[in-house]
Amino acid sequence: MNVVHPVLSVRHVGKAFGKKEVLRDISLQVEGAETFGILGPSGSGKTTLVKLLAGIDEATTGEVRVLGTTMPKLSVLQKIGYMAQSDALYSELTAKENLEFFAALYGLKDGNRTRRIGDVMELVDLQEHLNKRVDQYSGGMKRRLSLAIALLHEPPLLLLDEPTVGIDPLLRQAIWTELKGLNRKGTTIVLTTHVMDEAGKCDRLAMIREGRLLAVDTPAGVLKAAGAASLEEAFLYYGGARP
Amino acid sequence: MRIRAIALRILRQFIHDKRTMALMFIAPLLVLSLMNLVFNGDKYTPKLGLEKSMVLYADRLASLDVDITTYSDAAEGDAALRSGEIDAFIKLEAAGPKVILEGSNPAANQAVLVVLQDLFSQPEPAEAAGGLQDAPVRPEISYLYGAEEMKTIDRYGPIMIGVFVFFFVFLIAGVSLLRERTSGTLERLLSTPLQRREIVLGYVLGFGLFTVLQALLISWFSIKVLGIMMAGSFMYVLLITLLMALTALTLGTLLSAFAANELQMIQFIPLVIVPQIFLSGLFPLDTLPLWLQRLGLLTPIYYGSEALMDIMIRGKGWSAISLNVMILLGFSLLFMALNVLALRKHRRM
Repeated sequence: MNVVHPVLSVRHVGKAFGKKEVLRDISLQVEGAETFGILGPSGSGKTTLVKLLAGIDEATTGEVRVLGTTMPKLSVLQKIGYMAQSDALYSELTAKENLEFFAALYGLKDGNRTRRIGDVMELVDLQEHLNKRVDQYSGGMKRRLSLAIALLHEPPLLLLDEPTVGIDPLLRQAIWTELKGLNRKGTTIVLTTHVMDEAGKCDRLAMIREGRLLAVDTPAGVLKAAGAASLEEAFLYYGGARP
Repeated sequence: MRIRAIALRILRQFIHDKRTMALMFIAPLLVLSLMNLVFNGDKYTPKLGLEKSMVLYADRLASLDVDITTYSDAAEGDAALRSGEIDAFIKLEAAGPKVILEGSNPAANQAVLVVLQDLFSQPEPAEAAGGLQDAPVRPEISYLYGAEEMKTIDRYGPIMIGVFVFFFVFLIAGVSLLRERTSGTLERLLSTPLQRREIVLGYVLGFGLFTVLQALLISWFSIKVLGIMMAGSFMYVLLITLLMALTALTLGTLLSAFAANELQMIQFIPLVIVPQIFLSGLFPLDTLPLWLQRLGLLTPIYYGSEALMDIMIRGKGWSAISLNVMILLGFSLLFMALNVLALRKHRRM
């Protein structure tokens, strides 16, 4: 796969809604085929940052570049697989109808569409529930279906906002294995989380709090710099809660 | 293809949501049937036109509850009748007085007939009857539109067909886009390479196909089952109903941008729907203050109702409704453009 370096670059980005500043002077880069975690408590600006990367929102200051193009840009959206924090599914439709709809939006046709729908549903272990209506799905199943939809069009960049919330540990393990597999095939993954143990599985981490970037490093690097035994401790250290 | 995908999705959502389907299809039929049973005529002051040669009757008419206009010749009076300025025109022909009723409003017809009975049951002024007869003159009565046996529902039916289509499509389209916004699917759509106008066109196509069925059913039921008067072309009725649905759809989705939840969408009914119904011609507009009449000219339902009455009661064709068609189309296009703009709030490009 032809990967631009860096896949994602964020330079001095700020975002304000009216007078409320949600993000302040964020700069970071994500390289091709890595798993990049954005770690922070709720309300820290993680979701806003992901929306800027996904091109849904526009930065107030600074510049976001995705795959070499300044965002927001419509043509780049085809190359992004986005999974929102809320399960954006049509609950009165079946899983298959939801998948067919999004597949059509991404321009997947006939045979390819059917094949991809089969592939992604197998990946999230929902193939038996393909023809079930989404309002009969459990919370975890909806989460997995959302993930499946994000993977449908085989995007080189995945933006996942809290992808594993409400998924049981066993399946979470399986999904992580799959994500790592995608990494190996060249897919770049950016995900947000507030679960520390999950953050440890990322190649690199960005810690944000109250809209500011605290640190960007590998999990091991973060621990070392903070002189902490766990990511949780390190997070508290960067947040200024511990001297 | 993406537009088709959205349209297909909307159709599938409808098929799964039986209750909403029932609301779209059955509720209008129920209410129309009920109205058919309930409606009765009411008191109305008729507007009479007199040919100059009949001016002798003016004195006698003055004592009755009636508005009189005098016309210098028969052609002028006929024109006034056709444009709806007067409810009936009395002229003198060789065989005697002749009365033509406009005929599209049963309440007006009734009132005119009552006045005529009073007028002609009194002894004739000598000159009018040629100075020979003492016996009451029997005027020849005919109808320009409608017919003697026209019922109140025939008058209100066309308006209500339009109103129901408008009301239900407005509500359901508005709520359906609102739910996309609140459930996060709109944001999800905007994270795909879908253009904003494709979303709007997809909605128009999806709901459009659905409302074709709705318009067909409601019009067919009103005309064939309820037997509401139908003098014109069924295709024109369908065209107008569809255009009203299109206007309602685009206005509904537009206004849903200003509602935070379903209940707030319902709150638009007294603000947007009910005033339009009052100004649609369901009630006589002549008695309203001028500014309020003018306000009626800004409402889509007014144009739809007017066109439907022209088709169904007066049997008029394209030349009578073409302006209304253009105006309804104009409303739809304007609302569609505003919808595309309103989506900018969620994604700039």
